[in-house]
Amino acid sequence: MNTEILGVVLIFLLTAAIAWPLGKYMVKVFKGEKVWTDFLGPFEKFIFKLSGVDPNREMDWKQNLKALLGINLLFFTVAIILLLVQGSHPFWNPNGFANWDPTLAFNTAVSFTTNTNLQHYSGESGASYFTQLIVFCWLQFVSAATGIASCALLFKGLINKQSSNLGNFYFLFLRSCTRILLPLAIILSLALTFNGTVSNFDGLQKVTTLEGDTQMVAGGPAAPMVSIKQLGTNGGGFFGPNSAHPFENPNYFTNILENMAILLIPMALVFAFGFYIQRKKIAGLFFAVMSLLFISFVSVSVYQEMLGNPTIHQMGIAEGQTNMEGKEVRFGPAASSMWGVSTTSTSNGSVNSMHDSHTAISGGIFLLDMFINAIYGGVGVGFINFFVFVIIAVFIAGQMIGRTPDFLGKKIEAKEIKIAALVAILHPLLILAGTGLTSYLVVHNPDIGWLNNPSFHGFSEMLYENTSAAANNGSGFEGLGDNTPLWNILTGIIMLLGRFLPIIGPLAIVGALAIKKPVPVTAGSLKAESPAFGAVLISVILIIAALAFFPALALGPLAEYFTL
Amino acid sequence: MSTDNQKLFSGALVSDAIKESFTKLNPKAMIKNPVMFCVEIGTVIMLVVTVLSTFMQNDSLGLAGYNLLITFILFLTVIFANFAEAIAEARGKAQADTLRKTRKDTRAKKLHNVKEAVNDAKYTEVPSSELRKGDLYLCEPGDIIPADGEIIEGLASIDEAAITGESAPVIREAGTDRDSVIGGTKVLSDRIIVKVTADPGSSFLDKMISLVEGANRQKTPNEIALTILLSSFTLIFLIVTVTLQPFADYANTPISIAALISLFVCLIPTTIGGLLSAIGIAGMDRALRANIIAKSGKAVETAGDIDTLLLDKTGTITIGNREATELVPLNGNEEMEFIQLCLISSLSDNTPEGKSIVALARKKLGANLKTDKAHPMLRGAEFIGFSAETRMSGVNLSNGSQIRKGAWDAIKKWGTQSSETDKNFLGERINEIANNGGTPLALAVDHKILGVIRLEDIIKPGISERFTRLRKMGVKTVMVTGDNPLTAKFIAEQAGVDDFIAEARPEDKMQYIKGEQAQGKLVAMMGDGTNDAPGLAQADVGVAMNSGTQAAKEAANMVDLDNDPTKLIEVVEIGKQLLITRGNVTTFSIANDVAKYFAIVPALFVVAIPGMEALNIMKLASPETAILSAVIFNAIIIPFLIPLALRGVKYRPVGAATLLTRNLLLYGLGGIIVPFLGIKAIDQIVNLFI
Repeated sequence: MNTEILGVVLIFLLTAAIAWPLGKYMVKVFKGEKVWTDFLGPFEKFIFKLSGVDPNREMDWKQNLKALLGINLLFFTVAIILLLVQGSHPFWNPNGFANWDPTLAFNTAVSFTTNTNLQHYSGESGASYFTQLIVFCWLQFVSAATGIASCALLFKGLINKQSSNLGNFYFLFLRSCTRILLPLAIILSLALTFNGTVSNFDGLQKVTTLEGDTQMVAGGPAAPMVSIKQLGTNGGGFFGPNSAHPFENPNYFTNILENMAILLIPMALVFAFGFYIQRKKIAGLFFAVMSLLFISFVSVSVYQEMLGNPTIHQMGIAEGQTNMEGKEVRFGPAASSMWGVSTTSTSNGSVNSMHDSHTAISGGIFLLDMFINAIYGGVGVGFINFFVFVIIAVFIAGQMIGRTPDFLGKKIEAKEIKIAALVAILHPLLILAGTGLTSYLVVHNPDIGWLNNPSFHGFSEMLYENTSAAANNGSGFEGLGDNTPLWNILTGIIMLLGRFLPIIGPLAIVGALAIKKPVPVTAGSLKAESPAFGAVLISVILIIAALAFFPALALGPLAEYFTL
Repeated sequence: MSTDNQKLFSGALVSDAIKESFTKLNPKAMIKNPVMFCVEIGTVIMLVVTVLSTFMQNDSLGLAGYNLLITFILFLTVIFANFAEAIAEARGKAQADTLRKTRKDTRAKKLHNVKEAVNDAKYTEVPSSELRKGDLYLCEPGDIIPADGEIIEGLASIDEAAITGESAPVIREAGTDRDSVIGGTKVLSDRIIVKVTADPGSSFLDKMISLVEGANRQKTPNEIALTILLSSFTLIFLIVTVTLQPFADYANTPISIAALISLFVCLIPTTIGGLLSAIGIAGMDRALRANIIAKSGKAVETAGDIDTLLLDKTGTITIGNREATELVPLNGNEEMEFIQLCLISSLSDNTPEGKSIVALARKKLGANLKTDKAHPMLRGAEFIGFSAETRMSGVNLSNGSQIRKGAWDAIKKWGTQSSETDKNFLGERINEIANNGGTPLALAVDHKILGVIRLEDIIKPGISERFTRLRKMGVKTVMVTGDNPLTAKFIAEQAGVDDFIAEARPEDKMQYIKGEQAQGKLVAMMGDGTNDAPGLAQADVGVAMNSGTQAAKEAANMVDLDNDPTKLIEVVEIGKQLLITRGNVTTFSIANDVAKYFAIVPALFVVAIPGMEALNIMKLASPETAILSAVIFNAIIIPFLIPLALRGVKYRPVGAATLLTRNLLLYGLGGIIVPFLGIKAIDQIVNLFI
């Protein structure tokens, strides 16, 4: 059991150790400084020439936002068309999968464009290799790069002195793809392939099992997709069971690699913030705040899973057993909980165990992770979400020390607070309204069909699905029949709003901060690196995330826990 | 300020404020405070529910008696919040009224000839309210000045006790930097002709009064931002409450409307929502009590952010004028004679320096010698006054000998009989004095230099502690002085200021302010002269002395009625106190939600989900009393915190991080713990009655 916990600690420490130099490297990439990947320069130049984009044009936040939204609209449109005509074109479709249902195509195109990867389909029984690679894998790169580039725009805005120039989205976007995501993905997919993650273009293979039955086994180019799904906090698996599937995540070693990949870039971006604005102590405090929450959540979840399931214990079977329901024997409860907290903290959404089968409290922790959605968070957007909490915390803490609040020398005034507050409201609004609507439908149509578990667990499933969509996470509490027009359209809309509004808002805030005249730091200024500020920050995060969802948590996981 | 505590809730103020609390229920007024407006709406809904529940019975309507009780407590919550605002206003108004009272029913001697002031001009008596800007009026001894204005002719001694509380009369004179008079003060001697500078209703005092009166009060920028944040918290909890209904339906745990509305009202930040405007008004009121008239609430708020303070040396850092501290003779054995000569040279010298030399000499010589003007040597003597040309003063005695004292280079030139060795020797003494922050004078008799006098600035006792305090607040202090850089540096070091402007001209101040502002700093300065006006206007917080010129007062955004140059420091503290009080009450208010959740959420569900009893960590008696206790706590915490809102949280300059930790423990952690105790206690009491 100790080795299991050791494995969890190892994952955390190793990732943090790699994230530090990676953060430094990313800042150089953002700033266009000399890096070893400069040999890609001509290739990038060629792409810019081809697309007719001037990567050196200075743009303010609105121009950058237009670029961001424009390019994402293009990705979405191409994706939905390719899904709708999957069966009608001849490319890479050895199993002859058909065209997609329109609402599922909408949901899936939104899902991958928004870095959510909520999968209402099962990869091996619905998506051709062309769809997996050209649509999904591609979107997994570009949606991650969109997040990273937005985060870089934010960094720039914070150090600006009365200049509206936030840099160039296209430049940051392409470099995030070619110089951050691509090299890391190549390394990871090679490592995974050598350890047994499948990577082929064969169709279904007929295999004779030990019992002598025959079984059709799906293969395919899984390794590349697995690596980017983890690195880009996408989470969309090649196969339905995601990283619980032995072809995606064959052994304990690949599990460590993949879990590290989930956390790597989100952690590195926190450090990158420190390097970019040259305030490493503040970045350190932010990292500490996130890690404190992360480690507490992992501890609670690991403890709960190792304690086992009380109902099974009461039946007198499996006395002293850990909770292994829905978990892979090769990973065990600790690694499964670590993964669960990692994937929900970072809006990744890939799973190596069934979250549905975790204990009630663990399930609650996963939900809480997604309510907060800023503990490291999704690539780029996680830090952006965290920034919104920072703005609110600065505003409250600033007053407590008798100054009108400022962060990094920029005054936080009515305009910034208004945007930050609206973004902070959005998340509870989407989740609670979505869950409220689906609860209402279930109450008034008891035979609606898609809710298989009645009572509190069924409530948790609906809550989880809406939360996963709003947080752009993509994992699911399985057991919910989610491939229905209602869920496809509802979660599609929630994903869109939950993705783009929290990017637009903070960009507008830094757009406003960037042109402000910086105020000097004095002995009376708020020290953003002080532990006291860290305490305010944690309180703000917990109050907004936990308090807003407390009744929902009480009716779902807590009710389940107390009734067991 | 010390009498504040007793006066916090005087009878008349309270009864006025209670009346006002009901007037303020008008939705048009309430909507300015979104948080409390929501509570008011909740109260109205509950009222309807109460009425309905007397006719019908179902799960969501609940029992009529219980509904009535909840309705009443919600109503009280709104009244308490209104009362907080009303009492703050009442206090501010009372303070302003005492200032304003002085100017009622005054008769003004209005001059007919508006174009120019003629001493024997005809006037008619009119009520002071009829005076308009630009009118001229006459004041004679015993008259009450009918309106704010500037003297255009004459000089008078004026008793300003009504405004400043200072009983010593002050001199106001036309054409000087002290030419302005305030309505309500009394002329003691002489005739003056005054030009009215403000229409009735727009004087400084009127502006200040409008800052403490709720109806027309402009919210300050920070207050607006905080209101937005509080509104959004309200919105979040509105979403939480509204969506709870379908959740509960799904879970088969019917929730009554009373419980839902109670949950909502408890969760939204009513404590800070109810006290926010009271805190703002009380901030203005504190300024007024310190005899500072702020022209806008924003100015007071900005004062808390000041990074740099420009302080005049004289009067702020040093006591008035220089004093003689040492008399150094050329020959040590002739000390007594030298002191005698210093005394004689200064007996007719009425400058502060001269007087201080007399005082020092008297101390040295003792009482056995004649030390007043009846001194035998002064009989028939001729006094020579100081002139800028000679830079010397002195006496010519009847026996023909001439005594001169003055600046070293002037005396050195005049002292033709002295040897070079003597001059060099004394020159060294002179340099030594100058290098140590003193001002040297030399004394010569009949063109022979006999010694030097050391004059020194006396730094106000306790001032350097105040500067240390300011430094801890993060405020940089800058001394402004006309002294040479050497002297300035010495005094600056002694007093503990961070920087100084020596040989300062008004344009140097202006330059300095602009330089600081270019670095993003906020600058405050105090001034009184017309040539200070541009600086006062340029500074982020400009405080004009009330005795100053009209131009200075117009340019500044605050006026100090006491003419006390150290007032700037108080202004900064009042500003900080205002923000801290707001921040701490906000934190307290939000932290309270934790306990309220633990009271209400189990109460909502425990009937349908018995396991929920585990969340009832306060062990409240029943779901009904739990909700009731939470709502009662939520209501009464407002009046409990009114004294804090009115007095403000005490500001301690201990550095930002320590201050934050301290306030976080007190108001954050305290805000979590207090309601647990409070709700539990109320639950116990409520159970006695049920």
